[in-house]
Amino acid sequence: MTTAHQPNQSGKSTSHWLDRRLVLFTGKGGVGKSTVAAATALLAAEQGKRVLLIDVDSTGNLAALFEHPEVGFIPTEIYPGISAMQMDTEDSLREYLNLQLRLPLAGRVGPLANAFDFIASAAPGVKEILTMGKICWEVRESLEKRAPWDIVIVDAAATGHVISQLDSPRAIRELVKVGPVANQTEWVIEMLADPLITELHIVTTPEEMPVSETIDLVKSLKTRVDVPLGNIIVNRVLPEPFNRADADIFSNLETTNSLAAIEKTAGLGGKKVLAAASLAVSLRRSQSKHIAYLRQSVDLPLVYLPYLFIRDHGLRVTRVVSEALGYEMGTGG
Amino acid sequence: MDGSTSTAVTTGLAPLLATREILIFCGSGGVGKTTIAAAAALAVVKNSSAKVMVLTIDPARRLADALGLESLGNVETRVPDAALIDAGVAPKGELYAAMLDTKASWDDLVTRYAPSQEVADNIFSNDLYHNITSRFIQSHDYIAMERLFQLHSSGVYDLIILDTPPTRHAVDFLDAPKRMADFFGGRLLRWLTLPYRTGGGRGGRLINIASKPFLKIADRILGSAFVEDIAEFFINFQSMYDGFVERSKAVEQLLHDRRTSFVVTTTLEGAPLREAEAYCEQLNNRNLPLGALVLNKVLPDFLRDSLGQKASAVFSDNPAAVAKAIASKGADQSEMDAIARVLKTAADTFMNYSLVAEREFELKVELSKRPEMMAAVPLLVDDVHDLAALAQIGDRLWAS
Repeated sequence: MTTAHQPNQSGKSTSHWLDRRLVLFTGKGGVGKSTVAAATALLAAEQGKRVLLIDVDSTGNLAALFEHPEVGFIPTEIYPGISAMQMDTEDSLREYLNLQLRLPLAGRVGPLANAFDFIASAAPGVKEILTMGKICWEVRESLEKRAPWDIVIVDAAATGHVISQLDSPRAIRELVKVGPVANQTEWVIEMLADPLITELHIVTTPEEMPVSETIDLVKSLKTRVDVPLGNIIVNRVLPEPFNRADADIFSNLETTNSLAAIEKTAGLGGKKVLAAASLAVSLRRSQSKHIAYLRQSVDLPLVYLPYLFIRDHGLRVTRVVSEALGYEMGTGG
Repeated sequence: MDGSTSTAVTTGLAPLLATREILIFCGSGGVGKTTIAAAAALAVVKNSSAKVMVLTIDPARRLADALGLESLGNVETRVPDAALIDAGVAPKGELYAAMLDTKASWDDLVTRYAPSQEVADNIFSNDLYHNITSRFIQSHDYIAMERLFQLHSSGVYDLIILDTPPTRHAVDFLDAPKRMADFFGGRLLRWLTLPYRTGGGRGGRLINIASKPFLKIADRILGSAFVEDIAEFFINFQSMYDGFVERSKAVEQLLHDRRTSFVVTTTLEGAPLREAEAYCEQLNNRNLPLGALVLNKVLPDFLRDSLGQKASAVFSDNPAAVAKAIASKGADQSEMDAIARVLKTAADTFMNYSLVAEREFELKVELSKRPEMMAAVPLLVDDVHDLAALAQIGDRLWAS
């Protein structure tokens, strides 16, 4: 498999991708976004970095990718060097009120949850800002050496929701013009826009819907939010079984004479083996078409991760993907 | 390990498709739920004289084109018989399709439930309205349930097939009507809006911030004008409470009706499968009928064929011998090497795909214990975006 990765032309920095302090992953549901985020965490941890892995809205299977039970809002070490946390906007609000506004709210204003639901449902972007605020706060704490993280890796919202999340600081700033919240949106916006700190990668698969969502997403990201874009990571790419010369030889094998010879030496199953290879060729051809369309439609570097023909689950899969990712993205730095 | 065992557990959905009035298709993102829902609708009009409506959420552009939904949104459109006949389907019934347009549906709702035109206009002109309707308590979910109810009570269709919105927590969308009613009937909201209502006056902003510690805090964080805006908006919205409660009860009843069934769609991969199992479990917990399970993009059975495995072992262990048997007389060594290389690759490919097919098969057997009905739809090499391809899938759904 060839790599299409080139140094990131969009960012001014030439530093290594894992030198960012905040690395976010988005993508259509079902493309393997969580696996790629987990694999990135593993890669960073293996380079000796202390990682905070944040699960924004999945159903808690991020820890399972390390064969660790579900985690909560408090960062918990799930693998040597990797702590993980599950985003919870209500906990985030409580923490924010306590730390930023010195309002020891928990317990005092009875049904905080209900009150919170009210405000969060009513005010667009409140849940989103609590998510982005918490993420960026962890990054800022680590930059100021009050938190141990070398890198914060985020399994962010899926394509449908990620824009409103990334855009929430700006949306809130427009709605709330004065007060502590308004001030705090400023540094969040700056941090998200800083190419030395932040990078957003989009995970996709070489299929019709994921590719078309990716293309739409890149367009809206570029027009609507100021966040440095990294790579498009094309996951589950099938191998190309034959090069052009071998493809010709293969099609000759399916002629009557060859088939007879094959069945004579390898049994009646020979035909099925050829059918499998033929299926693989067609599937790969369909993927190639989508990859080509993606490549001509977006100007971000494409990185390819192979489809895994393995039976494993959990940490073994995370490891295999991590190795492939390290190879494709370069592990130096 | 004969391929035929796998087809024994899949019977097709014909009995379900032919008898229900509402079928709700759920499943996690990326499993092809929209396609399956549309194909099921097509199968019904092919096989029976029913009027079938498929309500889709977010179809791929070309699928939307195929159904004639380009820019029609909420409008119910009939798929022309001529288009079906072109696709090789001689329809006995009539196929209709509509796409869910959240914004337009909310506008309809407000118009219907608002006690007066004045209140409706107040709501429409509130700056928060647009933002809120696009996010507000999973507003998409609510609208899906609402439209389903409307279409069903119109009495026009024999069968309505609903392609459900992707939700983060399985069957949460089913609760949307109740959540909406609870929200408007909630004590909190009444408490928050009380000063306004008892104040009685229409003029001026009468939210008494000082009397509510919560509002005082919110005010400090968010600024007072903003909080007042929100409160005012909800006061208007609350006037529609009765409509929401009534509708919520009716939808709940409809979901539990014997004429309604759920169909869970999944692929045979780890994450979607776990989610599908969660769907099945939650339906069960709520006493909602799981009518069928649809397995999509299933690899063909020949990949698990034992003769194929034997042959691939021969190819793999001794490709040179097979190459020699195949090569034309007088072929030189490099030609033979090339053939041997191709055979080896074909064998590796077979083994790779065979592994995945075997894994899929095991999962399929495990799953088959759950529902009464199951259908398996094969992996198609090309994307599905015309009626002919949908019809092909429809046939597999009807009788797997």
